[in-house]
Amino acid sequence: MRDRFFGVPSVVGFAAAVAIFGLAALSDAGQGPAQFPSYRAPRTADGHPDLNGVWQAFTTANWDIQDHEAQAGPHTELMGAYSAEPAGQGIVVGNEIPYQPWALAKKKENFAKRLTADLSRDDTWHETGDPEFKCYMPGVPRATYMPFPFQIVQGPGDILIAYEYASTTRTIRMNFNGEAPVDAWMGWSRGRWEGDTLVVDVTGLRAETWFDRTGNFHSDALHVVERYTPLSPYHLQYEATIEDPKVFTKPWKMSLTLYRRMEKNVQLLEFKCVPFTEDLLFGPFSKVSK
Amino acid sequence: MKRFTHFTLAAALVVVVALPVLVTAQAAKPAPRPAAAAAKNWTQPRTPWGDPDLHGTWNNATSTPLQRPGGVAGKEVLTTDDDVSEFAAGLAYDLTRDRRDGGAQVDVNRAYNEHWMDPKRLEITADRRTSLIIDPPDGRIPPLVPLTREREQRKAARDAATRRFNDGLPASYFDGGMPMRCIIRTDRPPYLPIIYNNTFQIFQSPGYVVINVEMIHSARIIPVDGRPHIGKSMNQWLGDSRGRWEGNTLVVETTNFRPDDGVVYGDADPETFKLTERFTRVNEKTINYTFTVEDPRTWTRPWTAMIPWNKTDDLLFEYACHEDNYDMVHLLSGARAREKEAAAKREPK
Repeated sequence: MRDRFFGVPSVVGFAAAVAIFGLAALSDAGQGPAQFPSYRAPRTADGHPDLNGVWQAFTTANWDIQDHEAQAGPHTELMGAYSAEPAGQGIVVGNEIPYQPWALAKKKENFAKRLTADLSRDDTWHETGDPEFKCYMPGVPRATYMPFPFQIVQGPGDILIAYEYASTTRTIRMNFNGEAPVDAWMGWSRGRWEGDTLVVDVTGLRAETWFDRTGNFHSDALHVVERYTPLSPYHLQYEATIEDPKVFTKPWKMSLTLYRRMEKNVQLLEFKCVPFTEDLLFGPFSKVSK
Repeated sequence: MKRFTHFTLAAALVVVVALPVLVTAQAAKPAPRPAAAAAKNWTQPRTPWGDPDLHGTWNNATSTPLQRPGGVAGKEVLTTDDDVSEFAAGLAYDLTRDRRDGGAQVDVNRAYNEHWMDPKRLEITADRRTSLIIDPPDGRIPPLVPLTREREQRKAARDAATRRFNDGLPASYFDGGMPMRCIIRTDRPPYLPIIYNNTFQIFQSPGYVVINVEMIHSARIIPVDGRPHIGKSMNQWLGDSRGRWEGNTLVVETTNFRPDDGVVYGDADPETFKLTERFTRVNEKTINYTFTVEDPRTWTRPWTAMIPWNKTDDLLFEYACHEDNYDMVHLLSGARAREKEAAAKREPK
């Protein structure tokens, strides 16, 4: 902030004025890291920034990663305002997702069938329904901005990210050379440090995960590069570059802030959601449910 | 790509392993505890912040049974190579493996399991014990306490569900139990070896030890910072774990288990069940893992088992169970088809 505004007296004057009134943060809203003074994170014994902690995104991106107005949710006749989705500013840099034409149509179809689960045939098992609706692992990067905390465990060796949602986990293999040996819902993550940033290269992702509840999706060619950069003791900047030549015309980016959960007793609790979906998924094949 | 949904037979095996069997009391002389002392010329490594370093990937597979078989009663440790070979060969034979002497259906089932068998599952523990149980000294689960009427009824309902499942007639997804429903599998402590996926990766950070269990992808996050347990009104499938260091040993106590059937080890009563686990690294390649369970409503005395965890270079892979649980639909659909068939036979047109 200081560098950009120095030498422009009228702006400095304005900045000083808003600071006096406690409004400084507003002047730079939405511009990411620039709103923070430069920060050097505490180091672990091996000299890298210490990312340990319980973190959470505070966005509505799990509903829609793009800009969206508030809207009614499903079954308002039963759910009323309980199922409504709040408005939110998207996390897609530039807001546009460069879909190939067929893929944009597929996204719309995904949305229309997001609450349709049909497990009656193996070969179409995963064709409809938001994976979250069925309590499937959310994939990367969706796990990051679901409305649940996650914990980064950074000690000697690999880094673990444990997510509260569905008790999902993911190992960031540090200095692992080689390709993903097998496809997985959470992919295969290889980590390295670039200065203060943990860069995670994720491949081997299953085709079936979505980016949000509106049906934004990808193929099995998805390649995600994540960047975790400490901004303060309490904030991480998170960026994900999304590359998938089967679905998009060019790579695109997400950007959001992660917040440290500060409660003294904070811990991940269980959200094992299988029991919440069994009636939906397996009820049709059961003689009795519950 | 290959999906990890091969659990029809394995699920049954998990149930067998997880449930204690009723045993007759045996006369046995008191046995000395197996040596668990740290190796000479080896120093316990420490994390940069000073905790004993347990991090890495470990495998707890062994053929040594939880309870000492009758044939080796009174022999807590085998002394000769011949005895070890004979014992290990017998145990390996008794596992559900390919051996072509049970008739077509049994042979096919065994061959199927052979494919998934963890080879480390065919070796007895390096210390040549004849049971994983080290206390009581006879190596057997202590006699059970008679169940209350209510628990007896719950057990009968559970047994009926298991029978329906085994007969190919599950009424609903509940009849398959926890493993088949992909809610908990070997990620629920205490940890006992089974046919496959006996791999654990331990992570540590200041104030935490985290055990990532391959089956089902849950990380068991154990605070070691002295904080209290979560509130008494909150229960979890894997309970709520708290650890502390006693010398070089990580001692973990787990409470707040959910009361659902099949959640607490040994069908103990979650109200009175107590689980204490100890992790002691004894050399570069071994953690001695012991667990003690007690529940005055289930066992006549507490009992303890010790299972070595051996360091491995193997990688953990994602165990996606629920996501591709095709078997659940197949089993339920099969049951409905059988019922329809049976009904048609009863009421000929």
